[in-house]
Amino acid sequence: MKFRATPRLSGKVLVVDMSGPLDLGEGSAGLRAAIHKYIEQGHRYILLNMEQVNHLDSSGIGELVAAYTAVKRAHGELKLVKLSRAVDNALLITRLYTVFDIHSNEATAVASFDATIPA
Amino acid sequence: MTAPLNGPSANGTQRIDITLESLLDSVSLAEEMCTRIAGAAGFDDDDCFKIGMSVREGVINAYNYGSRKQREKKIFLSFELTSDKLIIYVRDQGHGFSLQDVPDPLADENLLKSSGRGIFLMRSFMDEFVVQSAQEGGAEIIMSKRLRNSPNTAPPHA
Repeated sequence: MKFRATPRLSGKVLVVDMSGPLDLGEGSAGLRAAIHKYIEQGHRYILLNMEQVNHLDSSGIGELVAAYTAVKRAHGELKLVKLSRAVDNALLITRLYTVFDIHSNEATAVASFDATIPA
Repeated sequence: MTAPLNGPSANGTQRIDITLESLLDSVSLAEEMCTRIAGAAGFDDDDCFKIGMSVREGVINAYNYGSRKQREKKIFLSFELTSDKLIIYVRDQGHGFSLQDVPDPLADENLLKSSGRGIFLMRSFMDEFVVQSAQEGGAEIIMSKRLRNSPNTAPPHA
């Protein structure tokens, strides 16, 4: 199974359904290219749906952090929703739960951007 | 890839030696092989995942920092199955490194770095983990996981 990132809009939030392995190689490179494209397109509020991400290594973790900082630098926000078990474990032991805003429900996650999105 | 298979030695230890080219594909190949070996050795799914992930990270480390992605440099992977644990060796042909020089990825100042978590994951997932300078040069990671049903890992009596 290959890594895929499929974006869709939910109000002003770009929800990205990700699937496949987020690891060294195609997964990391795919996420990096996708995030840069979204920022170039003007998206600043990005929610990564991790439900179908079935594998994550240190490169994938690093790419998630890079995505987070890239969106922050663009004065936006990147959040995560529906962590798969593999992603959940990895973010827990690497203390990245303290960095990312993580949600279990998409509607709640999208609504959480309201406080930062200008009217 | 070459993989000489050795039967059990006099003390019952089984050993497999594999030589990998420094290729991106070698990373997943090593993980898949290791997960199968761990499963055949009797580790449960959770431990197989942790062992496979640790080998993946060890080979990524060798590929990125030992070989510096030069295909002609080899990565030497060995598995030793004893009566109570699986020992894994990952050796590269780089310049070696010291664990003391590896920053702590959990420190506040390193949390937002996009690299530097591989060693930490291996240490977290395995029971024993060391890095040494190999006699042939390069770095050698040695890590092991104990079999849960081994007599040596039984919980102490109260």
